[in-house]
Amino acid sequence: MSADETTTVTGAPTPADGTPSGTTVQETPTTAAEAVEAAAAQAAPESAEAKQVARDLSFVEGRVGVPKPDAILTVDGVQRRFGGMTAVDVDHLEVQRGAITALIGPNGAGKTTLFNLLTGFDQPNQGQWQFDGRSIAGKSGAAVARAGMVRTFQLTKALNRLTVLQNMLLAQPKHPGERFWLSWLPFTWAAQERAATEKALEILARFKLDTKKDDFAGSLSGGQRKLLEMARALMTDPTMIMLDEPMAGVNPALVQSLLGHVQALRDEGMTVLFVEHDMHAVRHISDWVVVMAEGRVVAEGPPETVMQDQAVVDAYLGAHHDTDLGDDSLLDPAVLARLEAEDKGQTEREERKR
Amino acid sequence: MEEFLRILTQALAELVAPSTAAYALAAIGLNLHFGYTGLLNMGQAGFMLLGAYGFGIATIAGAPFLVALLVAIAAGTVFALLLGIPTLKLRGDYLAIVTISAAEIIRWLGRSTVFQEWTGGASGLLGNSFKHTFHELSFLPDGRTAVGPLEYINTGSDSWWTRLFAWGLVLLALLFVWLLTRSPWGRVLKGIREDEDAVRALGKNVFAYKLQALVIGGALGSLAGVLYVLPRAITPDSMGRTMTFFVWTVLLLGGAATLFGPVLGSMLFFSLYMLMRTGMRAGLGDVIGGTQVEQLGGMLVGVTLMLLVIFRPQGILGNKRELAFNVR
Ligand SMILES: Nc1ncnc2c1ncn2[C@@H]1O[C@H](COP(=O)(O)OP(=O)(O)O)[C@@H](O)[C@H]1O
Ligand SMILES: [Mg+2]
Repeated sequence: MSADETTTVTGAPTPADGTPSGTTVQETPTTAAEAVEAAAAQAAPESAEAKQVARDLSFVEGRVGVPKPDAILTVDGVQRRFGGMTAVDVDHLEVQRGAITALIGPNGAGKTTLFNLLTGFDQPNQGQWQFDGRSIAGKSGAAVARAGMVRTFQLTKALNRLTVLQNMLLAQPKHPGERFWLSWLPFTWAAQERAATEKALEILARFKLDTKKDDFAGSLSGGQRKLLEMARALMTDPTMIMLDEPMAGVNPALVQSLLGHVQALRDEGMTVLFVEHDMHAVRHISDWVVVMAEGRVVAEGPPETVMQDQAVVDAYLGAHHDTDLGDDSLLDPAVLARLEAEDKGQTEREERKR
Repeated sequence: MEEFLRILTQALAELVAPSTAAYALAAIGLNLHFGYTGLLNMGQAGFMLLGAYGFGIATIAGAPFLVALLVAIAAGTVFALLLGIPTLKLRGDYLAIVTISAAEIIRWLGRSTVFQEWTGGASGLLGNSFKHTFHELSFLPDGRTAVGPLEYINTGSDSWWTRLFAWGLVLLALLFVWLLTRSPWGRVLKGIREDEDAVRALGKNVFAYKLQALVIGGALGSLAGVLYVLPRAITPDSMGRTMTFFVWTVLLLGGAATLFGPVLGSMLFFSLYMLMRTGMRAGLGDVIGGTQVEQLGGMLVGVTLMLLVIFRPQGILGNKRELAFNVR
């Protein structure tokens, strides 16, 4: 993530930045908050299914571990300890099918670790979880992805030395050309490659990356790489997509289109679970919010109410003693900016450590 | 002047020498490992020695030429599976350590008295014992042929037939690797080279791809071992760490992750190496003596490799943007 991504933009964004067309220069958001407002204002009318999901969830009580009407992911007693420290300890959590669920919590709450566990990139000390009715605990990361649960990473993993299009094609599932025995006979897979290319270009166009298809992914900006990672995840035809801080370090102009994309996914029937720090974003696009602190789920509920939950205030107070959190103060841009700045520092430190 | 022409001719001969082809083929295999997949195989000589033994022992046991070649390939495949299955799930360094030691073990087993009956121990297998099937295949007429300043017998150990076959095999391997690396399969390898987790997150079985790459590159290494011993005897001590080190130099000089890098690297390396040694022997031979010239030559190769890795890691043909030096 480069520093220029985190600062505000002054000029009009180029179309290649992925800004939805129709955004005029005057409307160019200059802060993340404005970007979110703009996205909310522009949000496409939700599909019938999405409306149904929202209605279903409105009857669900906001308490930790509450059952959902139609859970696609059910987590039971998952624990992960690093030495003496318990990074994740989730008793029970259900994620509603077809909804956008936000996973929030202060730094070090265990959100990324939980993602890693659920997607097979880390092994828990104990626990079970089910995806789409099947237990996927103990499966490899690849098997989880093939089962339809695909993830992105907090530190973007675009493949910089492949082109944008190659990144996309790599994600095509069940490609016969990827089997060694046939790979050196191009005529055995040429048709599938063409179909995959068509699909890739369609998705890239949606993310306004189609003009960059032959560029090395490494030449894209940090925000564009995040978009590419998301677009690439979609190539796998997932039923559920897990995004780890998709907006961190992305410039405000891109945040707006990113939020739009996430909503569009939900409207197409996909389930989205995302980690985010930007409370405005969380509030505007999520159907349900899960709050973690010190490895545990401390609250969950609809976005309008969960932020006022005492446990949530405590969680954030625990991390920021000097912050006076009023009713809605978590949504105060000034407080947010500080939380975010601290968080960014942490992210960058992590990145440097690698 | 005559001396100068002789030195030049020797360097020119290295361009087409069977051992140059053998190193080119070994580097093509290593390129599949390191250049395209990011695997650190530090024991390519082990694959080569096993291939040579497989071919030699099978021929001595009465196998026809093609069957003996298949035995060589099978030996490399089994070796790759043995080394790859326990290590490829671990970090890249483990493969490096295991391959370097396994190659040494093969060499020590080869020269030990335990298997002397088959391997001939430290003195190895004499060329005449395993080359008749290969020479019988030759379609060249009897006699000698001169092409420019280069003159060899048509069929025999150090012959045109050996050269024709060796470079023919290199060409076939190039075609095969070209088809592989431009396929979706090759795309997955390049993804793995850069970031395994990203590829895993897309549902690919990274371990299986790495194992496939290790096996194919290793089998090419075993075939290279056969090429290497066609003009000479199979002696384990001539196929040790120095050989692995030369294969790496060849690959990095030509350019990892490029199609023609291994071939260009091998031709350039061996003709320059010959030029340097014969030149030094002619110029400095009286001052420092022949053995020292060899040792000085070896040291200069080491220095060249270091300079390459530091200043031009992409080699002659490589693309800096897809530099292959972040093995994890
Ligand atoms: N591989 C690891 N080894 C040791 N501790 C870790 C490791 N990964 C994460 N942690 C610790 O686990 C806690 C949760 O981290 P993480 O899941 O990254 O939090 P979040 O994503 O919510 O910011 C942190 O205290 C972190 O330091
Ligand atoms: Mg995190």
